[in-house]
Amino acid sequence: MKRKHQRLLLVLGSLGLVGAGAALVLTAVEDSLVFFYTPADLAERNITDDRLFRLGGLVEEGSVQQSGSTILFRVTDFTGTVPVSFNGVLPDLFREGQGVVAEGTLGTDGTFTAKQVLAKHDETYMPKEVAEALKNSGRWQNGAATQ
Amino acid sequence: MIAEIGQFALLLALIIAAAQVVVPMVGAARTDATLMAFGSRMAVAQAALLAAAFAALTYGFVVSDFSVSVVFQNSHSLKPMLYKVSGVWGNHEGSMLMWVLILAIFGAAVAVFGRNLPPTLKARVLSVQAMIGVAFLAFIVFTSNPFMRLDPAPFDGTGLNPLLQDPGLAFHPPLLYLGYVGFSMAFSFAVAALIEGRVDAAWGRWVRPWTLAAWVFLTGGIALGSWWAYYELGWGGWWFWDPVENASFMPWLFGTALLHSSIVVEKRDSLKSWTILLAILTFSMSLLGTFLVRSGVLTSVHAFASDPARGIFILIILLVTVGGALSLFAWRAPTIRGGGLFAPVSREGALVLNNLLLTLACATVLLGTLYPLILEAASGGASRVSVGPPYFNATFAPIMVPLVAAIAIGPLLAWKRGNLKAATVKLRIAGVAAGGAIVITFIAVPGGPILAPFAMGLAAWLAAGAMVEWGSRIKLFSAPVAESWRRLTGLPRAASGMTVAHLGLAIMIAGITGASAWRTELITTLAIGESAQAQNYSLTLQAVENGRGPNYNFERGTFLLTDRDGDTLLMYPERRFFPVAGQTTTEAAIKTTLLADLYAVIGESRSAQDAGQKWTVRFFINPMVPWLWLGAFVMVGGGLLSLSDRRHRVGAPRRKQRPVPGVSGAPAPAE
Repeated sequence: MKRKHQRLLLVLGSLGLVGAGAALVLTAVEDSLVFFYTPADLAERNITDDRLFRLGGLVEEGSVQQSGSTILFRVTDFTGTVPVSFNGVLPDLFREGQGVVAEGTLGTDGTFTAKQVLAKHDETYMPKEVAEALKNSGRWQNGAATQ
Repeated sequence: MIAEIGQFALLLALIIAAAQVVVPMVGAARTDATLMAFGSRMAVAQAALLAAAFAALTYGFVVSDFSVSVVFQNSHSLKPMLYKVSGVWGNHEGSMLMWVLILAIFGAAVAVFGRNLPPTLKARVLSVQAMIGVAFLAFIVFTSNPFMRLDPAPFDGTGLNPLLQDPGLAFHPPLLYLGYVGFSMAFSFAVAALIEGRVDAAWGRWVRPWTLAAWVFLTGGIALGSWWAYYELGWGGWWFWDPVENASFMPWLFGTALLHSSIVVEKRDSLKSWTILLAILTFSMSLLGTFLVRSGVLTSVHAFASDPARGIFILIILLVTVGGALSLFAWRAPTIRGGGLFAPVSREGALVLNNLLLTLACATVLLGTLYPLILEAASGGASRVSVGPPYFNATFAPIMVPLVAAIAIGPLLAWKRGNLKAATVKLRIAGVAAGGAIVITFIAVPGGPILAPFAMGLAAWLAAGAMVEWGSRIKLFSAPVAESWRRLTGLPRAASGMTVAHLGLAIMIAGITGASAWRTELITTLAIGESAQAQNYSLTLQAVENGRGPNYNFERGTFLLTDRDGDTLLMYPERRFFPVAGQTTTEAAIKTTLLADLYAVIGESRSAQDAGQKWTVRFFINPMVPWLWLGAFVMVGGGLLSLSDRRHRVGAPRRKQRPVPGVSGAPAPAE
């Protein structure tokens, strides 16, 4: 075994592995991208398919209701509002008037069924997308949302 | 006053670090022993000053000095002492101070323990280490000063985020940082060796213990963080492929690869350029992790309030460090002479495979983590996406399967040219164990995912393979007991450490498989006296009481869990409300058994018109989760065992005799 043979084998081996890795990535990334929309986006884009996506905005004041183990609330960015239903335990920082990101699908009746509601460790934290959405709708002042 | 002393120490440390960049480097270039010796003294002084600054900040937290802005924002006079202290690093400024303190301590450790290093290499290592130090000290001084005063001083603080008021999280950041920052040693050694233009087996021997120590800390830190997320967030999960988690996992993957490739450098004087590159990449991942966590560019479930301006500063540090190191590598690497040749089937070949697969795994994780940023930049902010766990599961797991399968074989191959047939013959027992595990799992847990029994088989294959290798080293059963005992006592601890760490990985794989394949989740609402069924268990809410803790109020549920045989168990999950922060946390009740965790969470209560007050209840049966933590613990134990090897102990072996490249002083491992 000469040095150049050793090198050739290494290069071929790594190329093969990288190829296999790239194939894995390409097949996987297609199915697991989760897009982020605000209520305003939803109104604009007319999303109908049942793909999983993330919905972000503020929990509308006075909108939280419980029926059985299902929780109903509305997410708003002050341009659009989307009703959300969620069957589960809400994260500790979930509160009316606070930012929220929910992951799930949109039903034909316009209700968003959340599979997961994301928690933030810090109550002063606003998800980046929500902050941007609020800035776009002109409800962002001095680093905080105005009601 | 104390805070000003801390501020002063911090500035002084910055100045000394700046001098430490220049003086030893010039000294090494001129081979001026006096200048080089200065480097060591400055490294120690820098560490001492930063320790003083850190102590000053800690003092501020302990005595609740709310005139210091960071203390005001992250502490409260009513907080228990443990969390006053852990509050020091539970915030951005303090945690960055801890970052540079650990960096300086590693630098000082080289200065103090690196007596057997060639003086020029040592001087250059200290200089490179100081370059990183200067960058981050400037970052702290200019963007995140922990000693900023408030005038007038507020009466009381705003409190530490209650989720962070937990013993698991009190110790998670220090461990994680020891790991992250520990890889700076490998980086400094790599850059110094490139400047020096010489990489030999001795270099590998010096780098290995540092890398191993960093790896041990990082493994412990990640496991502790995962454990905290598991019991504190109340979601019943332990790993979410979240950007912040990936940020700590990527250096771990590269670090693990580095750990293995540095063995080849040490034992065989081969793979030298690659190991240098890997050392640079590993620390780059640490820096990238710091950037991702501190800048908040990615939406993470673990994200804390963050400031983009700070992110840009770290990004610049990252680009300069990585760009500079890689340019240096491109320039100098061709001068590094290739070492010993080896056949594809050999110990070296197996370690190359390990490196390729780990690198590939890290690359897919990196891609998945950064993809949202890339897409957002490419689409001008129009498309915002996140890459979810399915991507990571679909790419990561297939790469890990061949890796784990190969781990059992690799150590049985000889250096240079191995005999695959002989290794497979030795591994017959492991094959039988794997087959047995598949069949047993299939029978014991019918109806689960079809791949789960095979993953269990893989875990058994790895565990048995590790034992076979260990057994063959000490000639267990094939030689008289006395002979085996003699071999066992003479076995290098690094070898036993490897066996233990691989066993830990096997235990962890079993845990991961069980936890992801057979989990049962129940979400329901219960009024007092009501019951719900989950698998073999019946869960009854018996009572809910209210009470007060040191700085919170709680609502505690009493659940009676009855299994099919009529055995009962009481569980007490809590919801805690922290008035100072206005925030609620969940304290899950977890009953750990050998094979599963029973995990109960009490949620908010609502008054329904018909049924009175009802509580949301979440109950999980998490099989095999205890094995996860046990596996991580065993892996750390293996790392520590290996670290205690006499051959690794810095300064202990062969102070007079110069190590000869390619010849390891230790007895060759049994083949």
